Amino acid sequence: MKNKPSVTSGVNTKIPAEILEKFNMPAYFESWNPRVRPRDHMSRNEMQKNSNKIVSLEQSIIKSGLKDGMTISFHHHFREGDHVVNMVMDKLAKMGFKNLNIAPSSLSNVHAPLIEHIKNGVIKSISTSGLRGKLAEEISHGLMEEPVVFRSHGGRAAAIKEGHVKIDVAFLSASSCDYVGNANGYSRDGEEKSVCGSMGYAIVDSRYADKVVILTDNIVGYPNTPFAIAESNVDYIVKVDEVGDASKISSGATRFTTNPHDLLLAHTAAEAVVNSGYFRDGFSLQTGSGGASLAVTRYIKDYMIAQNIKASYALGGITGQMVALHEEGLIKKLLDVQSFDLVAAQSLKNNRFHHQIAADYYADPFERGSAMNLLDVVILSALECDVDFNVNVLTGSDGVIRGAIGGHPDTAAGAALSVIVCPLIRGRIPCIVEKVNTVVTPGYSVDLIVTDQGIAVNPRRPEIKEKLIAANLPVVDIHELREKAERIVGKPENLPWGDKVVGVVTSRDGAVLDVIYNVENK
Amino acid sequence: MEKRLRRTMMFVPGNNPSMMCDAHIYGPDSIMFDLEDSVSINEKDAARLLVYHALKTIDYGNVERVVRVNPLNTAYGKLDVQAMVLAGVQVIRMPKTETAEEIVELEEEIERIEKQNNIPVGRTLIMAAIESALGVVNAYKIATASSRMMGIALGAEDYCANLKTHRSRDGAELLLARQTIVVAARAAGIDALDTVFSDLNDMEAFKEDVRFIKQLGFDGKSIINPRQIRPVNEVFTPTAAEIDKAKRIVAALKEAELKGSGVVALNGKMIDKPVVLRAQRVLDFARAVHIVVD
Repeated sequence: MKNKPSVTSGVNTKIPAEILEKFNMPAYFESWNPRVRPRDHMSRNEMQKNSNKIVSLEQSIIKSGLKDGMTISFHHHFREGDHVVNMVMDKLAKMGFKNLNIAPSSLSNVHAPLIEHIKNGVIKSISTSGLRGKLAEEISHGLMEEPVVFRSHGGRAAAIKEGHVKIDVAFLSASSCDYVGNANGYSRDGEEKSVCGSMGYAIVDSRYADKVVILTDNIVGYPNTPFAIAESNVDYIVKVDEVGDASKISSGATRFTTNPHDLLLAHTAAEAVVNSGYFRDGFSLQTGSGGASLAVTRYIKDYMIAQNIKASYALGGITGQMVALHEEGLIKKLLDVQSFDLVAAQSLKNNRFHHQIAADYYADPFERGSAMNLLDVVILSALECDVDFNVNVLTGSDGVIRGAIGGHPDTAAGAALSVIVCPLIRGRIPCIVEKVNTVVTPGYSVDLIVTDQGIAVNPRRPEIKEKLIAANLPVVDIHELREKAERIVGKPENLPWGDKVVGVVTSRDGAVLDVIYNVENK
Repeated sequence: MEKRLRRTMMFVPGNNPSMMCDAHIYGPDSIMFDLEDSVSINEKDAARLLVYHALKTIDYGNVERVVRVNPLNTAYGKLDVQAMVLAGVQVIRMPKTETAEEIVELEEEIERIEKQNNIPVGRTLIMAAIESALGVVNAYKIATASSRMMGIALGAEDYCANLKTHRSRDGAELLLARQTIVVAARAAGIDALDTVFSDLNDMEAFKEDVRFIKQLGFDGKSIINPRQIRPVNEVFTPTAAEIDKAKRIVAALKEAELKGSGVVALNGKMIDKPVVLRAQRVLDFARAVHIVVD
């Protein structure tokens, strides 16, 4: 054996050549691999000062290798307070980039400046969960050549993982980041400048994007634990003045209601949940954004106390109300993919059992164990519902895009019981209609539609219908509701649709569910 | 006259279409559309038309429809009455009633309109709001002024101004008026409704007020916001023990009737008629909130 050919390593050991060959490894020498940083005896402090990951925004863009026609992504955890999308797009426009595809987790009113970038050819296509405000209006009126592709949060995570959305560079804002790139939406090392709480959607981008740039206004000492995004997934860190305005996280869709109409809807929905058969000790729940669905929590709480029932976990966009229930011991754990307000963001920072989860852990349709698949009850809002139980949360009664898919179709399909709260009419607009403008959540995944004038039960769930009737709840036929709405406000005129497709609505598992046409100016 | 529960009578301004089209969905026992104080002079005609069409168009289900008209001595009063009778309103509410003669005048007006339009005479009921010292003094005469009278209500704001005082938290200044109105209503065999409570931010004080007026004997309360419905119903909903006792009393009554016995007895004790009546009333309140008692 000793006569066999061998190699003497850098630590003076003899390694048989056939072993090196079999395992396809070289013999060890110091610095044999140039990718390993040579020892330099720098202290942690010196390392922080000399981090080569921290660069300017322009340098990060150059170093990332971004080219015209590539795809970049952002997250929307700062909601209306986001500064980063506009900041990065302005820089890219100045640097002369063209034909970029942008794939943010969602866009809001604050992103109206993108209109100019679309007109100037900087942005070629958009895929997002939603659009609001001026940008949404312009796109609805035919601003873009390419239709916007709408994906749910779960659908986006799956599309990224499966390569349908290939992100070249992700620009991700963070409330804190250490010098090697451990980034988070809060910081346990003192006060953050701008806090957003969970960074659940951005985690997926950080894992699958070719290059990841973290933008932060708060570089903290290593190690920034806990972190949402691990340094191993981060290529560059850019220090900016302010990544976002935290006070605007809870604006808009997640308001706290005192409107008697919303409260009536919420109370009826709570009674439906309580009598559905799923209201048992250890149940799990999620509420969507929107006044009424958020308010359901308040009423469910009373029933939980009265019947001595505790929830095992609450999922999804976590609100201050969920946090209150958690802190009172009524909900054991919070799984947080997105913090809906500052109370939730603070709780994520301070509460042990308030846990940050990534978008795919939350709602990947192909994972049997996604948290939404273990959900008992979800309560969601709607712009309109139709007699086939299809739900629209994306286009308004004027046909203009004014919303976001969010986790609506994901959780409706995943939960054992999906409850939609929707008024019969809003102002002069009927909300229970023959056919919704845009199908976002397919009717097969919707169990109950709770209106202010009765509860419609999907014919697929006769056992729930029986239970609600037994509890003396006002169960009505969905067609009756539609007729009632029409009797009060009449039948709306047909919308002035054009023939250009401005939006493609995808299902969570990656098929085309519906398309949105442009709205012509009257 | 049809017996019905009137725990809550909700004010809805007659010039607010969005409130008018869904006032019933919150489940008040009665809705009171207002053409009087909540409608400014320059909107009187518009409000009258709006309420007329709401009554003709919207299906309010089992909720009782009441309209508060302008006093007959104003330019709008008779026009209001005419439009509402034609729209088929169930009850006309006379504001600031001080004498029986005002009710008689209203009844003549209603009857004239009913006859002229082939509407069954007597279909439109009347209730009177008592909002002054003179009205309180005349409460029984007002309550018995017409066979159409279904109830009398206290309007505390005007009453307090008339008394030269203001409303206090505990309502001491209202006690005489409240008790007079309940006694007059009971003597006349009609309903007694209490005044509004305006502070929407203090639901505990509101509930305390409702408990108090229920104890005085009122049938229900005037309310100004849907959020006040549930607390009132909670106060008026009997406890499980009360329901249980009432069920046993009513069962004993039925047993006595079957036997042809004139004496109702439970557990060997004779039960008086008032006890039976109270038991039936308890079961009515329970049924109203879907508690199964039959």
